[in-house]
This record gives sequence, structure tokens and C-alpha cells, in this order.
Amino acid sequence: MRKLQNNTKYLFITALFIILLINFLSDSINRYYYQIIIYCGINIILATSLNLINGYTGQFSLGHAGFMAIGAYVSASLSTYFAPALISLLGTGLVGKSIWFIFVLLCGGIAASVVGIIVGVPSLRLKGDYLAISTLGFSEIIRVVIQNLNFIGASQGFRGVYIYENGTRSLEMVSELSDVQYVFYEIPKYTDFFWTYLVAAVIIFSITNMIRSTYGRGFIAVKDDEVAAEAMGINTTKFKVTAFIIGAFFAGIAGGLYSHFLTYINPEDFNFLRSVEIVAMVILGGMGSTFGVVIAAIVLTLLPELLRDIQQYRMIIYALLLIIMMILRPQGLFGVRLHRKRKTNV
Amino acid sequence: MLRTDNLHVNYGAIKAIRGISINVPEKSIVTLIGANGAGKTTTLRAVSGIVKSSEGKIFYNDTDITGLPPHKIVAMGLSQVPEGRLIFANLTVKENLEMGAYLRKDRENIKKDLDFIFNIFPRLQERLKQSGGTLSGGEQQMLAISRALMSKPKMLLLDEPSLGIAPILVKTIFEKIVEINRTLGMTILLVEQNAHLALSIANYGYVLETGSIILEGPASELESNPDVRKAYLGEI
Repeated sequence: MRKLQNNTKYLFITALFIILLINFLSDSINRYYYQIIIYCGINIILATSLNLINGYTGQFSLGHAGFMAIGAYVSASLSTYFAPALISLLGTGLVGKSIWFIFVLLCGGIAASVVGIIVGVPSLRLKGDYLAISTLGFSEIIRVVIQNLNFIGASQGFRGVYIYENGTRSLEMVSELSDVQYVFYEIPKYTDFFWTYLVAAVIIFSITNMIRSTYGRGFIAVKDDEVAAEAMGINTTKFKVTAFIIGAFFAGIAGGLYSHFLTYINPEDFNFLRSVEIVAMVILGGMGSTFGVVIAAIVLTLLPELLRDIQQYRMIIYALLLIIMMILRPQGLFGVRLHRKRKTNV
Repeated sequence: MLRTDNLHVNYGAIKAIRGISINVPEKSIVTLIGANGAGKTTTLRAVSGIVKSSEGKIFYNDTDITGLPPHKIVAMGLSQVPEGRLIFANLTVKENLEMGAYLRKDRENIKKDLDFIFNIFPRLQERLKQSGGTLSGGEQQMLAISRALMSKPKMLLLDEPSLGIAPILVKTIFEKIVEINRTLGMTILLVEQNAHLALSIANYGYVLETGSIILEGPASELESNPDVRKAYLGEI
């Protein structure tokens, strides 16, 4: 066990070096490919964090896009509304930018996990389908609330903010203030290869290590059998909520990476389909296999791009591949076939 | 050691148990017998906190434990072996046993307790690296009992240990239950449908029917009671 944990530590450090190395090459990579690579990274973060909830702890959540939306909007609005303060405090150097970015990402993650607690505590009393439906409901509520919040662009989407010298902040130019000086602060494009894959490496490392620990086995125990876990003295509610909080935190960070890459976010980016996409990655990769889920996240991000040539048939083939996969390998790409509970003949 | 006082449990509008009062003295084996749906398992689950009682009190070493969450009750030394051998199928035998010691801080003694368990159930040592789901029914029951022992309980609650297990293994498991009771001085509350078997190892027994106790007494007396023999031991 000891040896294994040391191995993951070395793997983690090697991964960091590779990430740094590739980051120097990123300028020479074709913009289109670069974008896909970043999306792969964001999806890896989303899928592995959902895997902790759905795969390891066995709580079927369908609301991951909602947590992502919170992270995206919180970090983006901090980066724009507070841009003058952040610039005067941190400057525009590399270190300043890094601290700024880490700060807004963490805020987005924390905001998402706070909402995770609010959503999780009442809805984790539900099981299976009911939990899936209620989490789906919550994420739709989040989206609808954002759609109606004017200061972050409502359904128009959010790009940045005009800040006038007299302190007025507006999403659009104000005609009455035409003679006042203003600066338009758009969402800064801070997300690059380094940050995305740094977060991805951190989440993979921490989840793998956590699941191997005695504490982490509690998550698997909750999934295998709640009554037995309770009988062992495991506080099942605490484990479920913890999984939700950690999952939501990383989804929030993924949202922050997304908004600071695209520099434009729209509530529709975080709709039901986005949640389903992440769930598909977890199922395709094999519930409870971090490695499988990472591969699935990459495959499902690349697939629609690879099929771009055949235009209108693209989504049909995408869907068909998913169906065929599920028939041929129901346990997922790298999932181990899970042991079903033996039914006792009573 | 354990005492329930006029315990009631409702599942919605259905009254599962009505006024169960039992007493389990220290170091004894007490059994609850009765037909399907008599409320045996419900009584056990109420004691371990998995279901909430609607009325009545549960005392453990004279402390009121009514309404405490299950993990707190386990921490007090009351460990349940759930019905139907609810083991963690996706964890290995070793990991299952480690989960049993989840609440323990004394890492050095765990090794000693593992040896004790392998001594009682050598079969588990052979299958240490296998995942729980691949064990046979009897082996799973051994694992479930061992896992409960790993929490170093002062009292074991056993729910239908004979359910769905090969008859030859049932006998072994019951012998082991007696061994655990003797060597560790473990207090055991045993719920069992196989009345004959349960009464043969118990000191005291309660007969349940539709949620109430209809008869109680020392196990040997119950075994020879004509009503019990007729109703539960298959005699005409």
C-alpha cells in the first residue's frame, strides 16, 4: 500500500513536469487543436469529479452543469467587476495574474460547494431516480436564476463589464455618460494548458489517493450497501455530502477555467445536455474507474470534432457509438464488472 | 446489558412491532424467534438505530440510546450483523474487515483481532485478497460476523445468520457463534427463524408473533414447551 502511494506521488510530479514542458510548446499548436485540448482537460476535471459522486459513492447526480455554471459565473464576475481593484492590488505581471486566477477559481469552487451543501443535504435523503431528478431540477433552477440576473447578462450571456470613472458599472454603454471616461473589462483569458492540466492532475491525484485510504473506502462502502455501512459505524450522510461537496468544488473550478478560456459565457452552456454529457463520460469510462473516466472524457470530447466532416450525421453516429458501447461493454471502457448483490431467497 | 421498554415501530400506517420489552443480560445469548413478519428484524433494527421507534425506550448499559443515529450506537459497542449478509461486494475480504475497524483508533490491536478471526474462520484467511462478492453464502456470513467483531463490540446483534446458507455451514456458523460467546464473553442478541437451532445455543428466548411477545422463558423451557414445538419446531 505504502509503495503504491509513493508511486502515485512520483507519477504526479512527473505529470507536473510534462504539463510545464508542453505548456512552452502551446504557442506553436494550431489554435483549433489547442482549444480542443483545453476542452479535453476541462471535461476530465468535470468527469472525474462527477465520478466521485456517481461512480464511487453511488449517488446518481444529474446536476453537474449547475455547479459548473456557478463556478463559471462567480469567477467571471469577480474577474470583471473587481478588475480595477485586482489590477491595483496585484498588478498585471505573471505572478499577479496567477494569484488573481487562483483566487477567482477558488472562489468559484467554494461557491459551487456551498451550493452543493444546500442542494445535497435535502436531496441526498432521496435515492436512485429520485435523486437524479431532484439534482437535475436544482441545476435547472440555477440556470434559470442566472438567466434572470441582469448584472451578469441574463439570457444575453456575459462578456465583461463597462466601468465608468464615476463608478457606474454597466454591461452596455450608457448613453447619458457619453462624456465620461470608461474602460471595458472583459473576462480575462487566463486559462491555458498549464492551469487546466494542473487542476486535472491535482484532482486525479487527490481522488485516487483518497479512495485508496481507509477513509476513502467509506465512499465505496456507502455505494455497496448503505445499511451495512451504517452498521459499521459509518456516517453515510456525511460521506454522501462530502462527495457532493468535493465534486461540486471541482466542477466549480472547471467552470472558472471554462469562462476564463472562452471569455464569454451563456446560461445555455450549462443546460441539461451538458450534465448528460458529463454523466455519459462517467458511464462510458466505467463507474468508479478514474483512469477509464479520463479516457472517456477525452474520447467523448474528440469524437464530435473527428466527426465534423460528415456534418449532419455527426450526432447520429455519436449516439449510435454510445449505444453500441453500452451493449458491448456495459461496465464501461475500463470499469471492472461490479459484483451484484446476491439475492437471498426469503 | 441491553433493555427495551415497550418498543413500538411503525412503517407508515403499518405497526411492525407493538410493545416489545426484552432484556439481554451481559455475556448471555438471547434469541428472538418467530415466523416471517413477526417483527424480529424490526426489533433488531430499532435497537441498532437503523429504523426509528415511534414509542418506547432502549437502554444500553442503563444509558438511553433511543433515537441515536446508527454510527453513534456502533461507537458505543453495539455492532449489528445485518440480515442477508450485507457485505461490501466491491471491496476485498481484507478491506471488508478493515471497514469493520473503521471507528477504531488502536491500530496495533487490530492485527491481534485479525488473528483471532482467522483462528475462528480459517476460510477467510485463504480468501483475503478476493472481493467480497465472489464468496459463497456461508463465507459471506462468516465475513459479516467477523467484520462486526472487528469493531471490537461489547455486544453483537445477529440477524438471521442461517438465512440462505448451505445446512452444513449453518451448523459450523452456529458453533462459531457459541465459541465467540464463550471465548470473548460476548453478549449476543440473535434473531432467527430456525427456532430449534437458535434455542439450542441460547440462554433465554422470546417468541414473537405479529409484533408482540407471546411467550418468553429460558431456552430449554421454550424448547420443551408444547405450543412452541407445535408452532415453530414442526411437531404436530
